[in-house]
Amino acid sequence: MKKKNKTLGLITLLVYVFLIGPLLVIAAASFSDTNYLTFPGQGFTLRWYAQVLTVSSFIKAAQLSLFIALAGTAIALLLGLPAAYALNRFRFRGKETIKTVFLSPVLIPCIVLGFIMLRYVVNQYSLEVIPSLLIGHTLLSIPYIMRVVTSSLANFDFAVEEAACNLGATRTYTFFHIVLPNIKSGIASACIMAVINSFNNVSLSAFLTGPGVSMLPIEIMSYVEYHFDPTIAALATILMVTTLGVMLLIEKTLGLQSVV
Amino acid sequence: MRKKSRIWLLLVLPGVFFVVFFMLIPLFSLCFGSFYGEAGFTLSNYFKLFGDRYFQQVFVRSLRLSLLSTAVCAVLGFPTAYYISKYSRHKGMMMAFAVFPMFTSPVIRSFSWMVILGKKGIVNSFLVSIGLFAKPQSLLYNEFSMTVGFVQLFLPQMILSLIGVMDNIPDDLTLAAGNLGATKLRSFFHVIFPLSISGLVTGSVLVFTGCMTAYTTPQLLGGTDTRVLSTMIYQYAMSLRDWTQASVVAVVMIVVTMAVSSAFNSLSRRINPMA
Repeated sequence: MKKKNKTLGLITLLVYVFLIGPLLVIAAASFSDTNYLTFPGQGFTLRWYAQVLTVSSFIKAAQLSLFIALAGTAIALLLGLPAAYALNRFRFRGKETIKTVFLSPVLIPCIVLGFIMLRYVVNQYSLEVIPSLLIGHTLLSIPYIMRVVTSSLANFDFAVEEAACNLGATRTYTFFHIVLPNIKSGIASACIMAVINSFNNVSLSAFLTGPGVSMLPIEIMSYVEYHFDPTIAALATILMVTTLGVMLLIEKTLGLQSVV
Repeated sequence: MRKKSRIWLLLVLPGVFFVVFFMLIPLFSLCFGSFYGEAGFTLSNYFKLFGDRYFQQVFVRSLRLSLLSTAVCAVLGFPTAYYISKYSRHKGMMMAFAVFPMFTSPVIRSFSWMVILGKKGIVNSFLVSIGLFAKPQSLLYNEFSMTVGFVQLFLPQMILSLIGVMDNIPDDLTLAAGNLGATKLRSFFHVIFPLSISGLVTGSVLVFTGCMTAYTTPQLLGGTDTRVLSTMIYQYAMSLRDWTQASVVAVVMIVVTMAVSSAFNSLSRRINPMA
């Protein structure tokens, strides 16, 4: 039976107000019928939401951010999934080193990653903006894929795979029909985490975006530096509601515990 | 019958090649480059940097803000995590509410403090109305607003790491301590706290490295005279185009975050009674 503890309960409540409150403030301010951002707002209007859709740089940046996050994660999956499988399935030396290599992008500060990519990859090989963003965001996603897929493979009983092989299935067939279906929820949660992380990333994109090609978080940052109207609050609210939707979807399908 | 198969090589190699080529080689180039001057190998880039007053201030500020934010996160996170782990009836929902900010862009989260702490913000109007401020003044673009931003940004990580270990502490232990005559407070400090240290350390490492390397929050909530290492790297690299200095700062950032993380970890191994 759970007991009560009022002091702890109050502290927890205040901490959550501190964590969530600012986000609610933004949501509330997005409906304010004033030309500047204020909370508590005055009046009620949806015009800032209409306004967001007319700013073409936001729309373009949002499309690019989504594309880069999805494509980068897809490439990371193509590179990471086979490797995670091999690390769990086969015996060979240097496993720990290889694993460290795959996890290393998360150990390097993002801001440093952006800088070294710009200096030693983009400038060295004169890469265009889109390919450089794609490479950078693939690097961001690889550790997520590696970590989650490895742990779901660790729970997979490879005896099942051997049984399939003994019954005459080929290696490839077994992988796609036996192994993959068993770890698909792990893969799904890894991909969702990776996409969200990549979509929200600032420090890497700050180095890799170029003139006329921007990512949504960068676009928002430069907008806030010069404007202080509720447009950004409306955009932020749209993004937060989307996040909430994704979280509910995860909770319904995979369970939130599997993701964090 | 098992013949030596090399198939694993084929599966591992593309990914390894990708990370090595696009990240690890550039990383080594960064380190080597930072030790190179006109006359070959030299430490002069580092001497120059550490002799620079401006860099010293930035370096100390980064450390100070990160340590302060870590401490605040620990103080706020500990009771919260304990409550959620042992008392809350809506644990799943509480966890979800801690995760939600983590999934929300740091740009939005920093921006929310610009609304709250700005001149027209709610904190200002409150402080003016109770007469603490004569007129609204900006609470932004200083170390205070940066710390607030950092704490809000990384507190969820601390809470979740602590819940992770606290969930594994059996309730019987505190019951036993109580039966043996320990007060609640005493059993907390002698049973719960020592057993939660590993989570506290994991959380602290996450918060500390997060603060040391965060770029968005100091960029939006800090000012030009409160730069930290990350904004300094960006300034050197993109505004001043001084790539050598940017490299040196980047190496310093990597070394400091790694050194502090491993120090924290060895500390936790030493004081953890269960290890």
